[in-house]
Amino acid sequence: MMNLDLIIPEIFLSLSIMFLLMVGVFKKNSERLVYNLSIVALIILFSLVINLFSINEKLVFNESYKISNLSSFMKSITIISAIFVMFSSSEYIKSLNILKIEYPILILSSILGMMIMISSNDLIVFYLGLELQSLALYVLASFNRDNVLSSESGLKYFVLSALSSGLLLYGCSLIYGFSGSTNFIYIANSSTLIEYGVIFGLVFIIVGLAFKISAVPFHMWAPDVYQGSPTSVTLFFAALPKVAALTAFINFLYTPFVNLIDQWQTILVFISIASMLFGAIAAIGQSNLKRLIAYSSIGHMGYALAGLASGTNQGIQSSITYISIYLVMTLCFFSCLFMLRKKNVFYEKIEDLSGLSINHPILSISLLVVLFSLAGIPPLAGFFAKFYIFMAVIEQSMYFLAIVGLLSTVVAAFYYLRLIKIIYFDKPTEKFETDHSLGLKITLTISTGILILYFIYPGLLNDFVSKIIII
Amino acid sequence: MSFPLLSSLIILPTIGAIFILFGRSSSGYNASKYISIFVSLANFVLSIYLWYAFDKNIVGFQFVEEKVWLTGFINYKVGIDGISILFIILTTFITTLCIYSVNSTVKYRLKDFLVAILFMETMMIGVFCSLDLVIFYLFFEAGLIPMFLIIGIWGGDRRVYSAFKFFLYTLLGSVLMLVAIITIYWMTGTTDVVELYQLGIDLKYQNLLWLAFFSSFAVKTPMWPVHTWLPDAHVEAPTVGSVLLAAILLKMAGYGFIRFSVGLFPAASEFFVPLVFGLSLVAIIYTSLIALMQEDMKKLIAYSSVAHMGFVTMGIFTMTVEGIEGSIFQMISHGIISAALFLCVGVVYERMHTREISKYGGIVSVMPRYALVFMIFALGSLGLPGTTGFVGEFLILLGTFKVNFVVATIASLGVILGAAYMLWLYRRVVFGEITNSEVNKLIDLNRPEIIILSSLALTSIFFGFYPDPLLSTTSVSVENLIDQFNANLKIYTVNNL
Repeated sequence: MMNLDLIIPEIFLSLSIMFLLMVGVFKKNSERLVYNLSIVALIILFSLVINLFSINEKLVFNESYKISNLSSFMKSITIISAIFVMFSSSEYIKSLNILKIEYPILILSSILGMMIMISSNDLIVFYLGLELQSLALYVLASFNRDNVLSSESGLKYFVLSALSSGLLLYGCSLIYGFSGSTNFIYIANSSTLIEYGVIFGLVFIIVGLAFKISAVPFHMWAPDVYQGSPTSVTLFFAALPKVAALTAFINFLYTPFVNLIDQWQTILVFISIASMLFGAIAAIGQSNLKRLIAYSSIGHMGYALAGLASGTNQGIQSSITYISIYLVMTLCFFSCLFMLRKKNVFYEKIEDLSGLSINHPILSISLLVVLFSLAGIPPLAGFFAKFYIFMAVIEQSMYFLAIVGLLSTVVAAFYYLRLIKIIYFDKPTEKFETDHSLGLKITLTISTGILILYFIYPGLLNDFVSKIIII
Repeated sequence: MSFPLLSSLIILPTIGAIFILFGRSSSGYNASKYISIFVSLANFVLSIYLWYAFDKNIVGFQFVEEKVWLTGFINYKVGIDGISILFIILTTFITTLCIYSVNSTVKYRLKDFLVAILFMETMMIGVFCSLDLVIFYLFFEAGLIPMFLIIGIWGGDRRVYSAFKFFLYTLLGSVLMLVAIITIYWMTGTTDVVELYQLGIDLKYQNLLWLAFFSSFAVKTPMWPVHTWLPDAHVEAPTVGSVLLAAILLKMAGYGFIRFSVGLFPAASEFFVPLVFGLSLVAIIYTSLIALMQEDMKKLIAYSSVAHMGFVTMGIFTMTVEGIEGSIFQMISHGIISAALFLCVGVVYERMHTREISKYGGIVSVMPRYALVFMIFALGSLGLPGTTGFVGEFLILLGTFKVNFVVATIASLGVILGAAYMLWLYRRVVFGEITNSEVNKLIDLNRPEIIILSSLALTSIFFGFYPDPLLSTTSVSVENLIDQFNANLKIYTVNNL
């Protein structure tokens, strides 16, 4: 039976990728046009995904593809943030001369990969989505090909990612070998789950996913790739693949391996603690903002995984809330980075922020808000994100995880405070340019607004999440 | 539903701050200054009205507002009783004076400064009103942001170090409190303080939870040995920052001890009395001795704050009506007097740009009016009868003598030490020969300074002679707290047998 109506968004996205490719190839100088059209395509895509919200969980294509409220929600936050990423980075791409037709198309293909990853209910489908996503990302990382750092980061990402994909694939083959199926539901029901082969497979899959989400100890690629890639791509890296990988985590842990909770919980707790601590401590010594945000994102993934590690509905919901707020914070931080421009050069050293508050008071307030929010200080949104995580963790009496997590927020607060110190306490340097594109300004305003005003009705997001996501 | 008085108290300064923040910068300093004075004054009047409308004889919370906030688990709940109302008035009073005094003390980025202070006021009032642990935590922590900026932007030479120390110390203490709050939620199903008073908390966990709360409040109070951030923060903060810090921020912790530690964990509070007494005594004696050694005026007053807060914590954990009422009174009194002392230091610092005691001497001949007000506050700080300082210390010692004779005797020695360092400071700064030629050029107090300092002096003397309005406001609530405390303790002991 065909259920094509359920995968209309994916079909639409594939078609628009092909169409835009044609436009780009046959029409001269159509970079801008393709870029704008892809934003339009994303907006249409968003409405198509929203349309699927009312549908209860449905499995299509021999139960290998799952459309549920969880997948729709994750897809829609992916697409919204993609729209804002495109909006905010257009100015940057133009002035760096990397606006080529491939750029938006690669972004769209990677989103297609993410959507498949999010919906996958089968090892093979999952792997296809993952690779589609990653391949597009390799190219994007080295998109500024005249720049040594950019090429290096692309290569580095490719090699390490290929390794992790290999591990993941090996895990998949072990699981297939021992359980006799690639379908998540069959694996879950198979009686051979306790066999060592399956557990080994599970470990390999977690390793592969932890790599994609850049959790410790599989984080080595993140700082270099974040620093080397063009900032617009870094933003993309920092935001979107994490959503897809987190959803894959949820799908794996709570569908095929839900009965192995004793086995994976320990691993997840370890990964989470290691990421939180490492992200907090390693970021202290950084002098490049993009590198710093790479370490900070490692830490943030630690918190998101802590929610999953609790193994409850509440935990999953808190992780999803966390990742949504994390997206907003990332968008806000990078929008600020895009504004640090002088004569077509973008500044990304910490010292460049020196005394920003004198010359650019409003931008500084945005940075202040986003940094305190990243540090998890109330009443900003970042606090509530952490609050939900710790609610879930403490419910399961995992006090060690909670206390380590909270202590690492104190350590992490140090380097966020250091940035604030540089912005607010130090002597000002030259002014940056202030003419920015409308898209960038809108992104910054909306994201800062969300971070500040979240406390008025903090239940909104969590209520929504808990209503639609019941596992 | 009646007019949301408390919420408007909380929100009003923030609205003012937003106006200033987005106001046209061309309209200059004056506009933002008038807005902030207007807002803080309005808030002060509102809080006085609150006191007027407050019924002293009702047990329990008044002006309670409750609104669903996080569906299903946390409600926005504010309300006041006899304990909290005085702190709210103190907050609005001191903030108004601070804003009035910024003209002379803040030289640059006045607009940002006013915004920070107004945000700070919102957070401080919120702390004293909130009747939900999570809401309390929210305000308690959010206050760090403006204070961090106040110390860091307008502070002295080592401002960055001090600001970081202040922020990280306090944050470290508070995160454990967050763990405790969430644990309480999962144990009892609510974080509503009023409900928790009724439900009580499982005896097994009380000690650990108490320690988690204690870690936060002890840092904020500050108690020995985690007091080291306070001298740094005080010395480096601008005058107004020190005033806010000493007068109000430290009181958040004392308030927290009364409201949460004693109120929620009676058995644990009883259990940890020796610990608190011990630390308080060390704070009283040891920091008084350190204060004697200080060369820096602000540092001396900062250490005296630690000693005075030692009296407060001691008084709270006597669990007697006298002790707790005395502690509340002492906190209010310290709020007024230490604020005034920091302002006094600020006055001469503005003129001489040094806080070193040895650079002064003989001020009385050039600044007679200053010498007079400084004397009033120095005497108030050492607890001379006729000032608020006396009433508080007297009540606390009265309560302590009831409970533990030895502790009270040692603490009384602290009073003598307090007199020693205060009088010595006063002698070295005000009397003696003029050794520094700069002192000759000093100008006496100007009108705004006279208004600010004399209003503080009058308040201190008025309530020193006639403490009844303050004491009668708190008495019903404190008696109720003690009754509940003893009743709970009895239940626990019965269950234990």
